[in-house]
Amino acid sequence: MSQTAPRVDSPDELRQIAWTLRKDVITMIGQAKSGHPGGSLSAIDIITTLYYNVLKHDPKNPTWDKRDRFILSKGHGCPALYAVLGELGYFSKDLFGTLRQLGSPLQGHPELGKLAGVEASTGSLGQGLSIGVGMAEGARITGSGARVYVLTGDGELDEGQVWEAAMYAGAKGVDNLVAIVDVNRQQLDDTTDHILPLEPLADKWRAFRWHVVDVDGHDFRQILGAFAEASKTKGKPTVILARTTKGRGVSFMEDNLEWHGTAPSAEQIKAACEELEKELTPST
Amino acid sequence: MAIRERKLGAATRDAYGEALVELGARDSRVVVLDSDLSKSTKTNGFAKKFPDRFLNVGIAEANMVSMAAGLATSGLVPFASSFASFLMCKTFDQLRMGVANPRANAKFVGSHGGISLGEDGASQMSVEDVALAVALPHFAVLIPADGVATRALTFTIGAHEGPVFMRTGRPKAPVIYAEGEAFPIGGSKLLQEGKDATIVANGLLVFEALQAADLAAEAGYSVGVLDCYSVKPLDEAAIARAAKASGALLVAEEHLTTGGLGAMVAQAAAKHHPVPIDFVGLDDKYGESGTPDALMKHFGFTAENLADRVKALIERKRAASGVLA
Repeated sequence: MSQTAPRVDSPDELRQIAWTLRKDVITMIGQAKSGHPGGSLSAIDIITTLYYNVLKHDPKNPTWDKRDRFILSKGHGCPALYAVLGELGYFSKDLFGTLRQLGSPLQGHPELGKLAGVEASTGSLGQGLSIGVGMAEGARITGSGARVYVLTGDGELDEGQVWEAAMYAGAKGVDNLVAIVDVNRQQLDDTTDHILPLEPLADKWRAFRWHVVDVDGHDFRQILGAFAEASKTKGKPTVILARTTKGRGVSFMEDNLEWHGTAPSAEQIKAACEELEKELTPST
Repeated sequence: MAIRERKLGAATRDAYGEALVELGARDSRVVVLDSDLSKSTKTNGFAKKFPDRFLNVGIAEANMVSMAAGLATSGLVPFASSFASFLMCKTFDQLRMGVANPRANAKFVGSHGGISLGEDGASQMSVEDVALAVALPHFAVLIPADGVATRALTFTIGAHEGPVFMRTGRPKAPVIYAEGEAFPIGGSKLLQEGKDATIVANGLLVFEALQAADLAAEAGYSVGVLDCYSVKPLDEAAIARAAKASGALLVAEEHLTTGGLGAMVAQAAAKHHPVPIDFVGLDDKYGESGTPDALMKHFGFTAENLADRVKALIERKRAASGVLA
């Protein structure tokens, strides 16, 4: 599907890429001394699969009018997006070290127009799905054939605007639109269960006339299967409920609320990268 | 000297709706969004003519604004409408994130501006929309005075690259301009020169200002009238010229006296040519129900009140400079 971007079909190979990029995520947040590792690591397997397998895109021509669009509505997870875009050559990986620094195109939350590959300004939660609906309707009107993918957080579903967009897309059968919810079950202050319980989440989306696919958001076979199912679904938008773990891949961060918005120290970066490295070494 | 006659023309919302259909025929990139108020905002004409390019999003203004942001990145030119109050107050963050900061080429046209919509009352009245809109970097903010100006500005903003907020009104507007007049963004119209003071106004208050100038002339005062239909960017050079030529400015707007045209004019005058300035608008309060005429009178948006206020301003200026009247 992609133009010049490499297409990776093997789940194992995708896993290898995503686990390698996790080191960039940890390192860039650590160097910036601020950022959101937990939600970046829960989302990175989905983002990797999108850019290496699903999206029709061209890192050498980021504004190609027929490209598929990806919006990271949970903008605080942007280190994961930056790691993938940098690896694919949208910009130099040398920029990773400038994350969150004055003058850097790698803003603390993604900004449209500042960095190649970023399709929407996000960071004020709840708006990405609406922007995606606009892009999907735009693709219908212009006949560009583009498909639109929007990744939201699960805590983000507290925002009423998400449901305005969901109601519109469901009612109009916007089937070139796919939402992915990073269901890591945690938000800033507490777990989603303690703040505002979301379940039954699939029923909520079905009630808004969406096709629902419920998967393990770290199992690449399941993620690939979900996107394939979404592509085949006509007359309805699809939502993928990706059940994930915050901080996935770094044991001391996993499922730990403390790592929502805390940067790792130099020692913690080292420990995390060593742990990830072990996972990458094929066991014989 | 006679008081000029009031000849009612199209409401600015009607002029907008008609111009939008023409713009849609001319430019296939134009897509119109409404949030279930198309019969009132007058985008229903476009909806009828171009159903494939009209999106009624339901009563969901935040979604509408962010959708417009998405459409703008697809090479289309979205025009989104609601009442001015809902369009600005319910969607400020969506405008900030999706439109203003990335400079989206999206247009937002809010009808039922000010208090002249009448009986529906304060919940529908936009008295802070201009303050909100001028607080959005990169936005142009426009308030046309009559149907001709609205029609011309609709084409102007369709050709303009960048975000725009334009306010239209509910009641029929007095005719001021002749067809063919050009209305560039950032411009103004000096309708009358004055030696003693200049009334700076926009929207429905431009005609009131003209009649006020006539009333003041009968009492021996020379009062100019400047239509600042472009609140932002403001025609600062025209403000400086009016301040210099007439020595006092009375700003009149259907809006709070804070944050709108008055604040913009005062800032421009302070920078370029400080003179005494006074402000006619709503002083730290909301509108209320009533007939449009009763409300205009109640809030002082009449030629008579503007004439009294400008005369008082001129006397204040003279007293301050030691000139005897």
